[in-house]
Amino acid sequence: MVLLAPLRASSRVGVFRTRLLRPPGTARYFASSVITRQNAPVKQPPHSDSVLFPGAVNSKFTNELKFQRPQDLPAIPTYRLIDTHGEVTDKSREPDVSQELALKMYKDMVTSSIMDLLMYESQRQGRISFYIVSAGEEGIAIGSAAALAPDDVIFSQYREQGVMMYRGFTLDEFMNQLFANKFDYGKGRNMPIHYMSERLHMHPISSPLATQIPHSVGAAYALKLDRSSRIVVCFFGEGAASEGDFHAALNIAATRSCPVVFICRNNGFAISTPTLEQYKGDGIASRGVGYGIDTVRVDGNDIMAVREVTMRARDIALKEQKPVLVEAMSYRVSHHSTSDDSFAYRAKVEVEDWKHRDNPITRMRKWLESKSWWSGEQDQELRTQVRRDILKAFARAEKEKKPALENLFLDVYKIPSRDLEEQMAELRRIIEEYPDEYDLEAFDRGKEGL
Amino acid sequence: MFAVRNLLSRVAGNALRKPVVNVPRVTAFQSLKIQRKYYSNGGAKDYTVREALNEALAEELEKDEKVLIMGEEVAQYNGAYKVTKGLLDRFGEKRIIDSPITEHGFAGLGVGAALAGLNPVVEFMTWNFAMQAIDQIINSGAKTHYMSGGIQPCSITFRGPNGFAAGVAAQHSQDYSAWYGSIPGLKVVTPWSAEDAKGLLKAAIRDPNPVVVLENELLYGQAFPMSEEAQKSDFVLPIGKAKIERVGKDVTLVALSRCVGQALTAAETLKKKYGVEAEVINLRSIKPLDVETIVKSVRKTNHLIAIESGFPSFGVSSEILALAMEYMFDFLDAPAQRITGAEVPTPYAIGLEQLSFPDEDLMVKKVEQLLRL
Repeated sequence: MVLLAPLRASSRVGVFRTRLLRPPGTARYFASSVITRQNAPVKQPPHSDSVLFPGAVNSKFTNELKFQRPQDLPAIPTYRLIDTHGEVTDKSREPDVSQELALKMYKDMVTSSIMDLLMYESQRQGRISFYIVSAGEEGIAIGSAAALAPDDVIFSQYREQGVMMYRGFTLDEFMNQLFANKFDYGKGRNMPIHYMSERLHMHPISSPLATQIPHSVGAAYALKLDRSSRIVVCFFGEGAASEGDFHAALNIAATRSCPVVFICRNNGFAISTPTLEQYKGDGIASRGVGYGIDTVRVDGNDIMAVREVTMRARDIALKEQKPVLVEAMSYRVSHHSTSDDSFAYRAKVEVEDWKHRDNPITRMRKWLESKSWWSGEQDQELRTQVRRDILKAFARAEKEKKPALENLFLDVYKIPSRDLEEQMAELRRIIEEYPDEYDLEAFDRGKEGL
Repeated sequence: MFAVRNLLSRVAGNALRKPVVNVPRVTAFQSLKIQRKYYSNGGAKDYTVREALNEALAEELEKDEKVLIMGEEVAQYNGAYKVTKGLLDRFGEKRIIDSPITEHGFAGLGVGAALAGLNPVVEFMTWNFAMQAIDQIINSGAKTHYMSGGIQPCSITFRGPNGFAAGVAAQHSQDYSAWYGSIPGLKVVTPWSAEDAKGLLKAAIRDPNPVVVLENELLYGQAFPMSEEAQKSDFVLPIGKAKIERVGKDVTLVALSRCVGQALTAAETLKKKYGVEAEVINLRSIKPLDVETIVKSVRKTNHLIAIESGFPSFGVSSEILALAMEYMFDFLDAPAQRITGAEVPTPYAIGLEQLSFPDEDLMVKKVEQLLRL
C-alpha cells in the first residue's frame, strides 16, 4: 500500500537506494540471530539448477508445471500423550511430572471451571455485567502456564483465567476485578474478566481482538535487547488469527527473531462463526509454517501434552531467540460469552456429545486415578471446598466500595492535564453544592475521594 | 514509466508556482546539503526542519538507550524523507529498525515495546498510511495507562508527515490533527519551524505519555534560523504551550503547522497595505491546546481567525471557534472566523489542488472582510 511515497521521495531528494556495504569486522552482533542482507554479488555457475532470487534463495528450477495444492499436503499432526480414556498412548513416554505438580494443575482446572459456572450465573442474576467462561479450554491455559518460568511475560486474550490461576492470582483478586471494587488493579475502568497483574507479569487484557499479538512481539524485542533469560507468551483464539494484527505480528516476530511463544487456542468457533468459515487451509499451524516459524499442533484437551509442547517451545524461543507457534486444539463447550446463545448456531446435542466424549478435566482425572494419585472421594471434597472458597471471595468483593471518584480523571495522562484538573474541581463543587443529589456512600472515601 | 512522467510534469509545475512563504524556500527537489548561513550575532544558524528533526532524534538516541526508531525504510534507506539519515550507522540495527510493510504491525510492536519499558519512536512514512494502525495508536497506545489503573505507562512517539504535500492526491493528502486531537490519553504536537520541530520532537520522546507528532512534508526542506540555545542538546519545548510568532493588536490569527508561515506572510501584507497589525499565534500543540494564550490575545485584538489546512467539519478551527464562544465571546467585536481546506478529497491536478487549500491571499481577504478594510 505504500510503494508510491518512497519512490517519489527518493526522486525528489536525489538520493537513490544504495546498499550500505559494511567494512570488514563491523558485522553487528545481534544475539543468536544475525539479520543477513544479501550484499554479496550473485555467482551463478553455468548449468546451475537454481538462481539466488532474493525472495526465494533455496528454490530449484523444474520443468514440471505444477501448482501446489494444499489438499495434497498431509495435515499437520496433533501431538498428544494421554488419550481420551486417560491412558498414556506410548508407554515409553509417561508424562514427566510429580504428583504434587499434577495435582496442582488438576485443582486449578477444577477451580477455574467452578468459578466460571458461578460467575456465569451471577451475570445472569445481574450482579456483574459480563463474563466469559473457558469451559473445555482449561487444559490449554493451565498446561501452558505450568511450562513457563514465573517471570515470563504474558499477553492473554480473555479466555485464559487458568493461566492467572496457575500463577497465583487469588480468588479475591479475581472477584475484585469482576466487581470493579476499590481493590481492582484497573480501578474499575475495564470490563469484567479483563484481568492484569504486575506481580505475575501479566499485561492488562485488551478487548480489541489480536492487538495483543504485536504487543507481545514488541515486549519480546525489549527482552531480546536486554539479553534476558525470559520470554513472552501470547494467547489468542483461532478467530483472532484472521485479524491483520496476527499476520503482521508473526511476520515481524520472524523477521526480527523475537523470543515469543504464540499459543493459539483453536476451539472451533469465533463467537458463532465455525472454523470452516473462518479459514481455509490446515488450521492456524499452517500459517506459522508460512511465516517461517517453528510450529507444532497439540491436543489441547491433553494437559500433559500441552505442558510438554510449551516447555519445548519455550526452550526454542529462549535458546534460539526466535518465535514459536503452538496451535492447541479443543472445543468451546460454552457459549462465547454471556452475550451469546450458541444454540442458535449449533445443536445442543453436538455440545453434549463433546462434553461426554472428551474434556481436559475428566481426561486428567482418569489419568490421575489410573496412577492412584486421586480418587472420586477426594474429587467431591475438592469441589465442595472450592465452591465454598469462591462464594466467600465473591461475597467479600461484592460488598466492597467502588473505586474513589478521583479515578474517573486520574491516569488519562501520567500527570493530569489542566483540563482534567478543572473538571475534577468542577465536579467537587457541584457535589458540595447539591449534597442531597449525590449518594457517595458506595465510593471509597466518599466526597473526599475527589 | 508513468510514475516518471508524472513526476517530471510535477517538477515543471512546481517551478511555475509562486513561492508560498518569504523565508528562503528550499524545495525537496534540491540537494539535501543546505549551505548553512552563520549569523554574526547570537550564534544562530539556519536549519532545515529535516535537519532539526534528525538532530532531535540523534540527541535522544544518544541520551537514552531505551529510545529506538522503527518504521518502513528508516534504517538502510535513511527514511523515505531522509529524516533518519545517518542514524543506522551511528546507532546500529538493534535500535534503528526497518520494518516489514505493515503499519498496524510495527505500530503494535512499538506499543508492546513501550509497555515493556522502552521509548520507541514509530515513523509512519506519512500519517495517511497510519489509518491502518489507528486501533493500535488509540485503543492500545492512548488507553492502556488509564485502563491499567495507572500502572502501565506507554511512552511512545508516533511521527511522520501529515496533511497535503504537492501532487500526491487524496489518499496522501489528509490532515489528521482533528482525529488524534479528539482522543483523551494522547498528546498531539504540530511543529512549524526548525526550533518547533526539534524542541517538540524531543519533548515528545521524553514525555511518559503517547505523543503524536504531525510534521509537514512541505516544511522538511525549508530552512529556519535556529537560536544558539535551540542548538544545544538539552533544548526542549513544553507540550501544550503556543508561541506568539508576531505581536499585533488588531486581529488574532491562530494557525498550526505550515499555515503559521502563510499567516506571517499575510500579516506582513496587511501591515504594508493597511497598517494593520495582526498577531500570529503558532499553536505548536493541538492537545493539550493552549486556550489561555488565545484568550489573552483576543482580549487585546477583539478579532479572531483560526487557520488550518484540514477539512472544515469537526476540525481544529471548529474547536477553536467553539472555545471562542465559551471563553472569548465578550471580547469579540465580530464573529470569529475560520479559514480551512476545502471539504473535498484533495485532487491531484495542480490548479485544483491549489484551490483546495488556503493561501496567503485568502487570509488577507478574510481579514479585510472581518475588519472592514
